[in-house]
Amino acid sequence: MQSSYIAAQSSGWRQLQFFFDSKLHVRLESIIVLLVLGTAMTVLSPYFLSVSNFLNILLATSTIGVLAIGTTLILCSGGLDLSIGSILGVAGVVGAYFCVELEWPWPMAIIGALGAGALAGYVNGLFITQLRIPAFIVTLGMLGIARGIALLIAPNGGAIYGLPAPVVYLGQGRPLGIPSPVVILILVAILSHYLLAYSRFGRHTLAIGDNEQAGRATGIPVERLRRKLYTISGLMAGLAGLIFMARVNAGDPTAGFTYELTAITAAIIGGTSLFGGKGSILGAIVGALIMGVLQNGLNLLAVQSYYQQIAIGAVLILAVYIDQLQTEKEKKA
Amino acid sequence: MSLLQIKGVTKRFGAVQVLNGVDLTIEAGTVTGLVGDNGAGKSTLMKTITGIYAVDEGEVRLAGEPLDGATPGERRQRGIEMIYQDLALAKQQDVSSNIFLGREPVKRLFGFIPGFVDKARMDADAQKMIDRLGARIPSIHRPVGMFSGGQQQTVAIARALTFNPKLVIMDEPTAALAVREVESVLALIRQMREEGIAIILISHRLNDVMEVTDRIVVLRQGRIEADLATKKTQMREVVGYIVGAH
Repeated sequence: MQSSYIAAQSSGWRQLQFFFDSKLHVRLESIIVLLVLGTAMTVLSPYFLSVSNFLNILLATSTIGVLAIGTTLILCSGGLDLSIGSILGVAGVVGAYFCVELEWPWPMAIIGALGAGALAGYVNGLFITQLRIPAFIVTLGMLGIARGIALLIAPNGGAIYGLPAPVVYLGQGRPLGIPSPVVILILVAILSHYLLAYSRFGRHTLAIGDNEQAGRATGIPVERLRRKLYTISGLMAGLAGLIFMARVNAGDPTAGFTYELTAITAAIIGGTSLFGGKGSILGAIVGALIMGVLQNGLNLLAVQSYYQQIAIGAVLILAVYIDQLQTEKEKKA
Repeated sequence: MSLLQIKGVTKRFGAVQVLNGVDLTIEAGTVTGLVGDNGAGKSTLMKTITGIYAVDEGEVRLAGEPLDGATPGERRQRGIEMIYQDLALAKQQDVSSNIFLGREPVKRLFGFIPGFVDKARMDADAQKMIDRLGARIPSIHRPVGMFSGGQQQTVAIARALTFNPKLVIMDEPTAALAVREVESVLALIRQMREEGIAIILISHRLNDVMEVTDRIVVLRQGRIEADLATKKTQMREVVGYIVGAH
């Protein structure tokens, strides 16, 4: 009697899990973590539950959210991109350099930032697929290279200030009362969710992350697909660089330092597998929101930022451990 | 005209000569057993047919058309399917995702947003294919990694048969299966032959090869050592050619 009750209960839970996973493309557990975290913060801080703080969290999440989208695509394909934080930095500096130092028209700031990001990503992809150097090493190298280039371009390694108003609007504007970065994040999320969950591109990405041999056997151009994915990841980092630059009204060569840590953590607690073959963009957004709420809450509670770094690192290790258990369970079954 | 013609194919990897001028013709609606010791060149020969490897010399033709330079994807479109020993399945994806991998049908969402993978159609067609094969699979919505070896084999076979292939290459399809599952795979091979499909069966299990093939080709050190009609030979003779005792 007792055991059958538990069985029924667990199958109800399973069904709910399955529904969230297959229909909404989000892990049920991630949503629950977000809700629990939000409730805890509401209880702990009187400032947490307000529209302005909510917009604050979304605004703070937008940069990491865009990075986490690119990271999710890469992880789904069984890859890894550690260079996104540095690419964010170099993209902002290139954008600012074009329109401030060179005094080119303002659209060049956008083209410069996005172009620098995509180019760095493409170079990553080229080295990984053509020279067959592990992604871990190539993107770790790019982490150093991109940061170095950012510091080289910026005069005396300092930030480039004073961007044209239309560019600043991308970071500080509020169309319909919503901060522009949040609008950008939502648009990019919708587009990439479609790409990953519903397009052939997305299905092939998941398949090569799951079993690269299956991809080759069925005629998927695996190398070309990987190059595209790293280019998209770079492009997303470039977009995040553009948003960051516009928000602070400066091209800062130190921007995005250790952001790859937060972005990878966000993607993984959103339910994307570090081992490839599984993941979702909506999950990544939920993951980014969890990171945002965590940071915002710790700020409101006046916890030193060093502890936040520790918290993020710990969450990453925990999330990967849970992912590992899950993967093992699925492989055994 | 023969369905598949292989003429003077050689292939070397560095200093190792794996294929040494192979000539082979395969007719539609026949089952050919390809046997040979480990390292005889069976897998390499098959991969020059599927396009994973390019030949060094010689050529491969399908229905008279040369296949030079065609990618594995293009060769699949032209009717060459291979079922790999490790099955090459994406284990975390479900049945229809695997069956349609690389060839997903698309539709327009709301009639105008293009490129949406038509999952409903994939699921329906996958279920039909599984039923046609007479296989029992708990649910096509589960990741294939959760299935037994025989069930996974069925999914791999379904993937090969869904797009009306002309030639199906099977690499050790029975090696990992239980006895009853072996029977159903052999029955399936006969059924495919009835439908006019040419089958190349690579196997170490000579019992299965003797039972289901029309013809047995022995590969040894990158050359065709013997080409035997199954009815007129015996296992002893085949083994003799495999080990080079003739």
